[in-house]
Amino acid sequence: MQYQSQAVAKPYFIAAIGLFVGQILFGLIMGLQYVIGDFLFPAIPFNVARMVHTNLLIVWLLFGFMGASYFLVPEETETELFSPKLAIITFWVFLVAGALTVLGYLLVPYSTLAEMTGNNILATMGREFLEQPLITKIGIVIVALSFLFNITMTLLKGRKTSISLVLTLGLLGLAVFFLFSFYNPVNLVKDKYYWWWVVHLWVEGVWELILGAILAFVLIKVTGVDREVIEKWLYVIITMTLITGIIGTGHHYYWIGAPEYWQWWGSIFSALEPIPFFMMTVFAFNMVSRRRREHPNKAAVLWALGTGVLAFLGAGVWGFLHTLAPVNYYTHGTQLTAAHGHLAFYGAYVAVVLTMISYAMPILRGRAANSEKAQNMEKLAFWLMSISMLVITLLLTGAGIVQIWLQRISPTPMGFMAVQDQVSIFYWLREGTGVVFLIGLVIYISSFFVKGGAKAAA
Amino acid sequence: MNTQVLVIDPAAGLAREARAPREEGLPGDFAIWIFILAEMLAFGVLFVAYAFTRAGDVELFNASQETLNRTAGAINTLVLITSSYFVMRAVTAIKHGLSKDCAWWLGAALMLGGVFVGIKAMEFHDKFAAGITLSTNSFYMFYLALTFFHFMHVLMGMIILAFVIAKAWRGGYSRQDHVGVETGASFWHMVDLLWIILFPLVYVIR
Repeated sequence: MQYQSQAVAKPYFIAAIGLFVGQILFGLIMGLQYVIGDFLFPAIPFNVARMVHTNLLIVWLLFGFMGASYFLVPEETETELFSPKLAIITFWVFLVAGALTVLGYLLVPYSTLAEMTGNNILATMGREFLEQPLITKIGIVIVALSFLFNITMTLLKGRKTSISLVLTLGLLGLAVFFLFSFYNPVNLVKDKYYWWWVVHLWVEGVWELILGAILAFVLIKVTGVDREVIEKWLYVIITMTLITGIIGTGHHYYWIGAPEYWQWWGSIFSALEPIPFFMMTVFAFNMVSRRRREHPNKAAVLWALGTGVLAFLGAGVWGFLHTLAPVNYYTHGTQLTAAHGHLAFYGAYVAVVLTMISYAMPILRGRAANSEKAQNMEKLAFWLMSISMLVITLLLTGAGIVQIWLQRISPTPMGFMAVQDQVSIFYWLREGTGVVFLIGLVIYISSFFVKGGAKAAA
Repeated sequence: MNTQVLVIDPAAGLAREARAPREEGLPGDFAIWIFILAEMLAFGVLFVAYAFTRAGDVELFNASQETLNRTAGAINTLVLITSSYFVMRAVTAIKHGLSKDCAWWLGAALMLGGVFVGIKAMEFHDKFAAGITLSTNSFYMFYLALTFFHFMHVLMGMIILAFVIAKAWRGGYSRQDHVGVETGASFWHMVDLLWIILFPLVYVIR
């Protein structure tokens, strides 16, 4: 570890992995509820399980991004963090607020939670992914502000690199677009329209800047390729991301009451969104093949390459599948969307956070890389989790295609629930594959408890 | 040989670009060519979409096209082509090590860019004053979207030219090292090229 204050990243990474486990457990509960509707009812109804599954995902990724930033920024700016103490306070505030929110979801009916937390003062709840109570949302803003303050102050007193600037721009965008979660107009069209400014402009906009910056940082470290080369790629990729991603928001505006021209703009610009992801894959493989050093942390290299490939498949290819308006007319809101959502989130964001954890955690624990045994376990975990997520995606795609046919194309269309019965085989197989994913996750966590460092520590 | 390496291994191009300018291969920074390709792809898709939509309702497109100011479009075409010629002269000047000449030629191109923007802004104003919006009909949707996207590229190109002019004026480029000038020039030529396709497609062909 080059800077003492980088150590604050450690609790963030640990919390991220802990919440990741929670996310997967609720995913499995919900997966089972797809086929056994009353499983755990009334203790954990489907809508609650879903809310916990998606909210935990977002929260643990935010923990991951923050941890990654606290590790990356001191090293890039070549100076200690502005205030490590503030970073630790922020950590506990965020963790406690997150835990209370999830307990609120699980222990009280959602409407009671809304009453308890001041939703009548400013109604922001009840919308997918933005279910958090008002006080949690305000808490998120405060946490984000203190985090940004800490990062920006560090950046101002240190060396300014492209990587840290792109990262900070992404984090700033993350905070700014979250503010739209407080805007909840009565008009349902407007509500959805701006709802996407949080959801879409996060995952297909500013988060990609964070992703690009983290990936570029790890690649510089593990390959030793010139910063100049890597930074140029980073600029090209993020420009493409912003051009395609921002107007690409239109692919959510097809059938919600927004003007018709969005069908053209959404189709054309979002059809180009796979390009930056493809460039990212080429970039990762190119840098690794041109590496100037053999970094002892092979697991981190595997995660970095995996991020490139899986993000391209999940976000790029599976996104393109249903992004053109004439196709989306049939596929909108089916299991095909779920397939895309799973592989995109895993391939882009889960993978990049785990890449950073894989690279940083051994260093935070005082060694360049883990022992060979630990790395082999981590690599096994990578393959188990990645392949099972790919299989889950394929199964949901299968379910989606059957669903689209039976429900929307067939000359004798069936009702939604009748179709769900028809695709239950896919759901059973998905649940089984989900268990394999959990096994992968358990092996991943176990790898942290294998003692010792790498023999050839650099 | 070099071009081949560029195609197969883009990173090799990036690495070499970072070191020194070359006479052979693509002029300017390799990264700008990735942009140019992506931009051409985006506009290409828009042009094809325009063509297919027009085929579906030729009468509407022809009737709406009648309302466009073809004279303004034609003048703007000449303006951009002339500006591209000036940019070409600027590149030639810097290849002979003439920094000030380079800056003057680029300044002339920048001024013509301003003329284009002025004329186009007047056209936009007329259309908006006539109550035409993106939702009026498919023709106007394409007309406004295509010309507006292009308009933004002209502005972007002008910003790039301004930076290059400032550096050239300070003597920041030389006979040996003028990748920046070529990079800016490449982008400007692309902006010109897109208009040369856009103008006949949207204003003239019926």
